[in-house]
Amino acid sequence: MINLKDPGISSVFKKLLTGFTGLSLVGFLIAHLIGNLTLFAGPDVFNAYARFLHHFMHGMFIRVAEVGLLAFFVLHIWSALSVQYSKRKARPSQYEVNTYAGGPSKRSFHSMYMAISGLILLVFIIVHLIHFKYADHDAVGTMKLENGIEAVNVYKLVVSSFQGNFGYVLFYMLAMGVLCSHLMHGIWSAIQSVGLTRPSTIPFLHTAGMALAIALAVGFFLLPLLIFMMRGTFDPEAVPDYSSGHAALTSLTSFFPAA
Amino acid sequence: MNVNLKIWRQAGPDAPGKLVDYRVEDIDPSQSFLEMLDKLNETLVKKGQEPVAFESDCREGICGNCGLVINGIAHGSKGGCTTCEIRMRQYNDGDTITVEPFRAKAFPLIKDLVVNRSAFDRIMSKGGYVAVNAGSAQDANLQPIHKDKAEAAMDAAACIGCGACVAACPNASASLFVGAKISQFTWLPQGQVERGSRALKMVKQMDHEGFGDCSNHAECEAVCPKEISIANISRMRREFTKALFARS
Ligand code: HEM
Ligand code: SF4
Ligand code: FES
Repeated sequence: MINLKDPGISSVFKKLLTGFTGLSLVGFLIAHLIGNLTLFAGPDVFNAYARFLHHFMHGMFIRVAEVGLLAFFVLHIWSALSVQYSKRKARPSQYEVNTYAGGPSKRSFHSMYMAISGLILLVFIIVHLIHFKYADHDAVGTMKLENGIEAVNVYKLVVSSFQGNFGYVLFYMLAMGVLCSHLMHGIWSAIQSVGLTRPSTIPFLHTAGMALAIALAVGFFLLPLLIFMMRGTFDPEAVPDYSSGHAALTSLTSFFPAA
Repeated sequence: MNVNLKIWRQAGPDAPGKLVDYRVEDIDPSQSFLEMLDKLNETLVKKGQEPVAFESDCREGICGNCGLVINGIAHGSKGGCTTCEIRMRQYNDGDTITVEPFRAKAFPLIKDLVVNRSAFDRIMSKGGYVAVNAGSAQDANLQPIHKDKAEAAMDAAACIGCGACVAACPNASASLFVGAKISQFTWLPQGQVERGSRALKMVKQMDHEGFGDCSNHAECEAVCPKEISIANISRMRREFTKALFARS
């Protein structure tokens, strides 16, 4: 069976793991981005979306997703960093002159600094979670829903965070730049790592991976920037209105447990 | 033409090494890179100095003995050729060329530019062959193999075991070599019997030799004299995964 300590099993196995967990994290990012974009639809939809996430399948969904994500993160970081560790051991004496060979090589700034971009991402994720997930909800304020229950006003939390402080927006901008760099090499590399490439598909997957990396980074960054610039549109004091009977909202809010 | 050289000199495995400056004059541009080094060695011998140790055998790109890192690129910057296939006309009069050995823990240095690549032989001994009786020459034609499969197998089998992929890899990984050696049999009927155990055993030996893991930089494909595709590494991972599940 699989013995992680056995070096014979681990090198290719570790690649499979890095790639599989990396791809899964990219899948999570895509879902996360689509969810975030509901912010453009206003406080009603965004808050409904947040409530939906927390109450879907009686809250089981979010709990399983969180534990799963954490496990994937740990596995990803472990396997990826151990690849980097093996590299240090495998070439004790360095070249005096070392040049990129060009041609079909995919070596780049991004591919060479995966460990650094990854570790910066780790710092970002911790800050991001502390700020939003473990925020002091009482300080943000709650709102009353049409069925009478009190809920956290996540819209207000997000909008006021980014409008309060340009430094925070800047921090997100830098972090998304680092995410972009990590994924410029990461997406195509992960597909190669899990063995899903063929000679004919490699150039396309490499380009498509970079395009997706840019799309994700721009998408995530657009939100803080627009919230900061368009104060008129994004009002932290906007009160969600669930009285209109909006069809999409009604179906979302139907997940809310009765008070 | 004349060139200036900076060559890695190291008296033995544990001796300290350093780049030493040399100048070679009156080179015919149609001479090969190795002939230029021969010329340097002739003058060194005449002067009573130790000649530069470097390896070569066929000098026509088929044996895989001659690997050098030239100006930071394994087998030089031309691409798709071995060191012995490089001609001096590729360089300009007065160029300074840096020549280093392949560097990897799994390729211990013997002297100057010569490294010990027997780690590859030990990997091959774990499954780089078929144990089934493949018959004699005429039997090759008795088993029809689809043209595309035969071509794919041939592309992988073109690997000459030179080790440039290891030398060029930022991680000193042997994945391209091992990928090619595992993949070449997967398209052929003779390769099916040991297919799974071959993948597991060769990968295991690769790790045991102390090569680094792969980060998919694809620098190996760019320097490979036989232009072997990193799709063979992808294939190795598929073979490995299948074998792992089949076994457990
Ligand atoms: C949080 C800290 C993170 C660290 C320390 C980290 C570290 C790394 C490292 C070192 C590699 C390169 C592995 C190699 O050399 O082959 C890597 C690859 C990768 N990372 Fe991360 N990463 C982190 C977060 C993320 C996140 C958030 C994502 C996705 C959203 C991600 C996606 C990927 C992908 C797709 C790959 C390519 C996998 C492969 O080549 O097999 N990483 N990561
Ligand atoms: S894969 Fe290419 S570079 Fe590597 S040993 Fe074979 S021929 Fe040389
Ligand atoms: S000497 Fe045989 S390949 Fe160069």
